Amino acid sequence: MAMRRLHFHPCGNYKEHYAQELTIFETDFGRMWAIIGIALLFGVVPFISSPYLLYVLNMTGIAAIAALGLNILIGFTGQISLGHGAFFGVGAYAGAILATTCGLPFWASVPAAGLITAGVGMIFGIPSGRLKGLYLTIATLAGQFIIEYILVHWESLTKGTMGIMLTEPASLFGLEINSDTRFFYVIFFCLVCVTFMASNLMRTRYGRAFIAIRDNDRAAEGMGIPIFFYKLLSFAVSSFYAGFAGALWTYYMRSISTEPFTLSLSVEYIAMVIIGGLGSIPGSIFGAVFITGLNEGLRFVTDAMMNMSALSSFGLNMASLREFAFGLAIVLFILFEPKGLAELWRIVRSSFRLWPFSY
Amino acid sequence: MDFFLQLLINGLSVGLLYGLSALGFVMIFKSSSVLNFAHGQLLAIGAFFFLVLVSWLHIPVILAFLITLAGSFVLGFVVERIFLRPLIGESLIFVIMLTVGLASMFKGLLLFFFGGNLQTYPDFLPEALAIQAGNIYIPPVYVASSLMGGVFLLLFGLFFKYSPQGIFMRSVADNQTAAMSLGVHVKKVFALSWAIAALVAAMSGIVLGIINGINVHEISSIGLKVFPVVILGGLDSIGGAIIGGIIIGLLETFTSGYISPSLRDVIPYIVLVVILLIKPYGLFGLVEIERV
Repeated sequence: MAMRRLHFHPCGNYKEHYAQELTIFETDFGRMWAIIGIALLFGVVPFISSPYLLYVLNMTGIAAIAALGLNILIGFTGQISLGHGAFFGVGAYAGAILATTCGLPFWASVPAAGLITAGVGMIFGIPSGRLKGLYLTIATLAGQFIIEYILVHWESLTKGTMGIMLTEPASLFGLEINSDTRFFYVIFFCLVCVTFMASNLMRTRYGRAFIAIRDNDRAAEGMGIPIFFYKLLSFAVSSFYAGFAGALWTYYMRSISTEPFTLSLSVEYIAMVIIGGLGSIPGSIFGAVFITGLNEGLRFVTDAMMNMSALSSFGLNMASLREFAFGLAIVLFILFEPKGLAELWRIVRSSFRLWPFSY
Repeated sequence: MDFFLQLLINGLSVGLLYGLSALGFVMIFKSSSVLNFAHGQLLAIGAFFFLVLVSWLHIPVILAFLITLAGSFVLGFVVERIFLRPLIGESLIFVIMLTVGLASMFKGLLLFFFGGNLQTYPDFLPEALAIQAGNIYIPPVYVASSLMGGVFLLLFGLFFKYSPQGIFMRSVADNQTAAMSLGVHVKKVFALSWAIAALVAAMSGIVLGIINGINVHEISSIGLKVFPVVILGGLDSIGGAIIGGIIIGLLETFTSGYISPSLRDVIPYIVLVVILLIKPYGLFGLVEIERV
C-alpha cells in the first residue's frame, strides 16, 4: 500500500473541498510540530522546571483556559464581555462549594462548576437578545458588580469575606494531586482538551454561526441564523471555560476569597485576548503567556525596586505599575498590531517559509 | 419625615453629581458613538490637576479652576489625536477596548503620582451659599454644583440645538459617512467633542473632589456608575443624563437609608440590567428599531 503523500504548503490556493479549507493543520509538518510540542510539554518541561517556573506555568495554563473562553465570545462572536473575571470567580466559588459542602470529587466538581457558570453567564447574556454590541458590554459590566456583591454578601453560601478553604486535596483515580508537577499534568491535559474542543467548535455549524454574527449580524439573521440563540450559546460556552478555569484555580490554590475577582481581572483577560489576537485560538494561549509573564516580570521589577531604598520612597508599588503596564500593552497592541501576537507569529513563520524569495 | 427629607435632599445632590459626571460621557457618545470607559479617569485627572494647582502651587481658586478647564480641554484634544484618531473607521470593539486600556493606564499613572489615599481640597466655597430650611441643611457645595449643573445643561442644550459645531456633532453621530459627504469635518468634530468632554469631566471631578475628597479608586468607580445613569436616561440624551443621574442618586440614598447600606453600590447595576431588559433605550434615548 502506497504511503499517503505528505501535505506541504502549496504555492497557491489549490483547495478543492471545503474540508481542505477547514483543516486545523494545513500541512503535515504543522501536525507533526504540534505532536512534538505536546510531547515535549508533558515529557520534558515538568522535569526541567524549577518549582517557581512550574507555578508560573500552571497559572498560565489556567489563564489560557479562561482566555480561550473569552476569545470565543469576543474574538469569534464579536460580543464584548467585561465580566469574565467575575465569571471566573463564580466558577472558583462553585468549585469550592461543590467540593466542601456537597463533597463532590474533583473530576465531577470542576465540570459542574463550569456548567453552573455557564448558566450564570447566560443570565447576563439575555440582554444581548434585544440589543447590539455595546449594550451587552454594559450588561456584563453590571454583571461584574452584581456577582462581586453576591460573592461577598451571600454569606450562608460563600462565607463572605472569610473565604473558603478546601479541606481535601484534589484526587483523580485514587491519586492525590498535591504537587505542582501533578497539577501541571492535570491543568495542561485540560488545556489541550479545551483547545482541541475550541478549535473544532469553530469548524462546526455553531462556530460558523458565531463568526457570521461577528462579521455581520444583519446578514447572519437574513441567512436564517437565530442570532439570539447563538449569542446566548456563545455566552454559555465562554462562561463555561471561565468557570472551568476558576474551579481548577480553586483546587490549585486550596483557599479562595472574594478579593481577586474584580474588574481588574476582567480587564486582564481582555488584555490577554487582545494581545494574543482576537479570533485566534493559539492567540489566546500566547496572550495568557504574555500577560502572566508580564505579571511575574513586574513583580520581579517591583521587588527589586523595593530593595533600593532611594526608589521605594518614591511610592512605586505593584498595583499602579500593573494597571499602567496592562493599559499600555492593550493600547499599544490595538494601535500597532490589532491582530495581536498571533499575527506576529504568522508573519515570522511565513517569512521563514518564504525565505529567501519573500513573494 | 425629617429622615425622609434629608435622604431626598442627599439623593438629589448625589444624583446631580452623577448627572454632571455623565454629561461628558454623553458628549462623546453623541458625537462618535464611543463608550468611554476612561471617563472616570478623566474625572480624576481633572480633580487632581486642580488639587496640584490649589494645594501645592497655591494659585487662587478661580484662576486654578480656569487653568484646570483649559488643561483638560487640551488633554481631551491630545487623547483624541494620539489614541483615537488612528482608529477612525476601525470596528467598534477596538475603540471600546482602547478606552478600557486607557482607563487602566491613566489609573496606574494617577496611583503612581498621588497614591491611593484620600486627599482633600482646602475649604474655599463661601458659607453664604448654604441653604438652611427648617431642620434641613444643604451644604454650599451642593448648591454650587446644582447651579453649575443647571448652567451647563442650558449651555449644552443651546450648543447642540443652535451652534453650527453642535449641529455638526449631531450629524456625525447620526451618520458619519453622510455627514462627511455633506462637508462636515468629522475629525475636527471628534477632537472637539473629546476636548469638551474632558473639560466637563474635569469640572465634575472638581465638584466630586470638594464633596467626597479625591481618591483615585473612588472617582474611578463613579466613572463606571455613569453607565447605569446614561442607560437609564438614554445613551444620547443630555437631559436624560441629568434626570437619570438624579433617579440613580435617589435610588442609592433611599436604598442605603431604608434597606441596607451595603446594597447602595450595587443597586444601580441591578437597575441597569432591568432597564436593559425592559426599556433598553432608556427614558429619553433615541429608539433605533433594528431587530437582530
